[in-house]
Amino acid sequence: MDFVNAIILLLNYIFIPALTYGSQLALGAIFVTLIYGILRFANFATGDMMSFGTMMTILFTWYFQSLGVSLGVLPTALLAIPFGIIFMILYMLLIDKFVFKYYRHQKSPPVQFAMVSIGVMFVTQAVVRIIIGPGDRRFFDGEKFIIKAREFKEMTGLNEGLAIKSTQVLTIFVTIVLVSLLFWFLNKTKTGKSMKAYSDNEDLALLSGIDPKKIVLVTWVIAGILATIGDALYGLDKSFKPFTYFNNMLPIFAAAIVGGIGNPFGAFLGGYVIAFSEILLTYAYKKFFMYVLPESMEPDSLVQLLSTDYKFAVSFSILVIVLIYRPSGIFKGKVL
Amino acid sequence: MRKNLNVIAAYSIMMALILMVGIFQSWNIALSIFNLCLISAVMTMGANIQWGYAGLINFGIMGYTALGGLAAVLISVDPVQEAWRAGGFDIIMSLWLIVVMVLVIRFVLKRFEKSKIRTYSIAAIIISGVLLIRFSAEPGIEAIEAVDPAKTGFLGGFGLPIIFSWIVGALFAGGLAFIVGKVALGLRADYLAIATLLISEIVIAIIKHEDWLTRGVKNVIGLKRPAPYEVDLQTTDWFIKLVEKFNSGKLSVIENLADRQAALNQLVIEGSSVFVKLCYSGLFLVVVIILLILTQKALYSPWGRMMRAIRDNEEAANAMGKNVVKQHLLIFILGSAIVGIAGAMLVTQDGLFTPGSYRPMRYTFLIWVMVIVGGSGNNFGAILGGFVVWFLWIEAAPISLFLINFFTSGIPETNALKAHLIESVPYFRFLMMGLGLLFIMRYRPKGILPEKIEIK
Repeated sequence: MDFVNAIILLLNYIFIPALTYGSQLALGAIFVTLIYGILRFANFATGDMMSFGTMMTILFTWYFQSLGVSLGVLPTALLAIPFGIIFMILYMLLIDKFVFKYYRHQKSPPVQFAMVSIGVMFVTQAVVRIIIGPGDRRFFDGEKFIIKAREFKEMTGLNEGLAIKSTQVLTIFVTIVLVSLLFWFLNKTKTGKSMKAYSDNEDLALLSGIDPKKIVLVTWVIAGILATIGDALYGLDKSFKPFTYFNNMLPIFAAAIVGGIGNPFGAFLGGYVIAFSEILLTYAYKKFFMYVLPESMEPDSLVQLLSTDYKFAVSFSILVIVLIYRPSGIFKGKVL
Repeated sequence: MRKNLNVIAAYSIMMALILMVGIFQSWNIALSIFNLCLISAVMTMGANIQWGYAGLINFGIMGYTALGGLAAVLISVDPVQEAWRAGGFDIIMSLWLIVVMVLVIRFVLKRFEKSKIRTYSIAAIIISGVLLIRFSAEPGIEAIEAVDPAKTGFLGGFGLPIIFSWIVGALFAGGLAFIVGKVALGLRADYLAIATLLISEIVIAIIKHEDWLTRGVKNVIGLKRPAPYEVDLQTTDWFIKLVEKFNSGKLSVIENLADRQAALNQLVIEGSSVFVKLCYSGLFLVVVIILLILTQKALYSPWGRMMRAIRDNEEAANAMGKNVVKQHLLIFILGSAIVGIAGAMLVTQDGLFTPGSYRPMRYTFLIWVMVIVGGSGNNFGAILGGFVVWFLWIEAAPISLFLINFFTSGIPETNALKAHLIESVPYFRFLMMGLGLLFIMRYRPKGILPEKIEIK
């Protein structure tokens, strides 16, 4: 019985949160990796673009709520996400047209692109803060839990409860669907294949008659969809705050590079690598050992490898280690 | 003279703007803008050495600034004897453990050939070392943090004058840059940017959460000053006389003796804070001028020419027998050390150290905007960038408030849109910075004062 308790404990505090967080990171990381692979620059405006998409979603959620439209047990935000996506894509295309396009035609070095993306970051940050303000926004409605900890305890008679939030299930489910669709698109359709070809070798791709304008357009559209959904889910699960989104950019970068930048599948797994290592290394295992070990061997301390304050530092350290020992990432991306 | 006309013109305009703030807003505001402009100028000089001279991209400026600030705390605060007695031994033992660990790793690296086993054993040494240190330092750290946590709860510093920290801050930052450079300088430019950004976040995380060393988010306040205190000045005779002399025209108009005394008191209070700020301005100006002379000398020396050669064509410079890796590391350390000085200066001026306030927007990206806008590769440009961008950063709110009021003057005060816009005035500075950066990058990619290399 103690053993089952221990497993439930790990499920509740490590596995499910890490899986959710990992899915959110994975979607962001695929966004970064696509931009990097096809448009060839590190987009420092990632976090703030995502907060823009979420902001549009929130505005539409509020609008629907004021109209009295709701999805019952599901959050209203799901209805608003498509509208958020449309505005996000429009915003991205606008920025591409007025900012990035010029440098693409000039064939500027990636560093210059990175600098320009910092300009975009400042502007986007300003736009988001001016429209919705810097504060914390919650826009979740509907049923919060699928299983509550107390109900689970009563159901199974165990000591440990297992709480599953509806946002967690939603996040994982949506991520799986979206990522499968994306891989199907990249591997099976003609456009997807030409995107890959463009990413591998631009000159060859152009020679074989691939239209670069179309590739860039499709990339931004996919990026917009992924970014908006990924971070609207993050906002539903936690809360929306522009500054947090800016900060999230860093683990997202870490996930994309750890997985091998330019490689969408690597980015997808990289998200989970980062999420699991963050949570595994900063969780206090005291209770777990209390269940598993005999009473005489129970630990006195918290059995925590690192304090939770270092959560971000963990993912950054992993990134630094990967950059030193295997700069192309775990799943070979573009060689640096 | 002729060819430097644009430099002189740009700086005159800048000075005129600051003087205008002094005349129309207040001298206090003008001087605090001026001081922070000087500190920003030091930071941009550091970043400019790395980016402008050598083409190295360093997004870790925040980390070096914070280390400089930490140096200010460790140098100037008096040691907390009780904390040293409580946990000093454990901490010193842990430091020794770190030294031993580094030596062991060095030994393994030197002694054995590169192989998978070596890599794994080094990883094992690091992991076990970290765990060992964590467990050996834990009781000491807890004991230290328990010593009067409301006031101290940390080891304190050396109790030396805070000015020394400007040098120590440079050493700290240079030391960190040495480690980071060893690790990350081989990376391609945009990866280097990401790696340095993330490493600086790690540094901030450590400073924020190692309370025994830095007091963490509880902040350290009331650091000793190199300048006199306002309260002392207000009771000093020579200062009151000085203020009286300066304002004799204004004071003599007032007939009533009591009124005159009250006016004088008011003037003394205002004057004291202006005087303190002037003291800081003097100190900072000295630093900026010394650094400017040194960096200019370096730029036109054979070493400077070599750096530009490396920047413009790494392979060719390498083929000419220049050690590119070593020079990159050197310049990375130098630039970061200058940023460290700026970090220490900043904390010196504020008199407090708040680890929570170090955010990449303010301390990394804004500095980069300064370098790009001012003109990378040109020291005068970098300094000007520091001045212009900081000035706009501060004055953006009043300017945008004015613009909003101007354009919405027909709309009543109660209009929701207008109220919302006025409420979000502080965020227009981001918009201004972003648009400024984008326009400069597009239409004047070399900055306001572009790099100009003349062979003397």
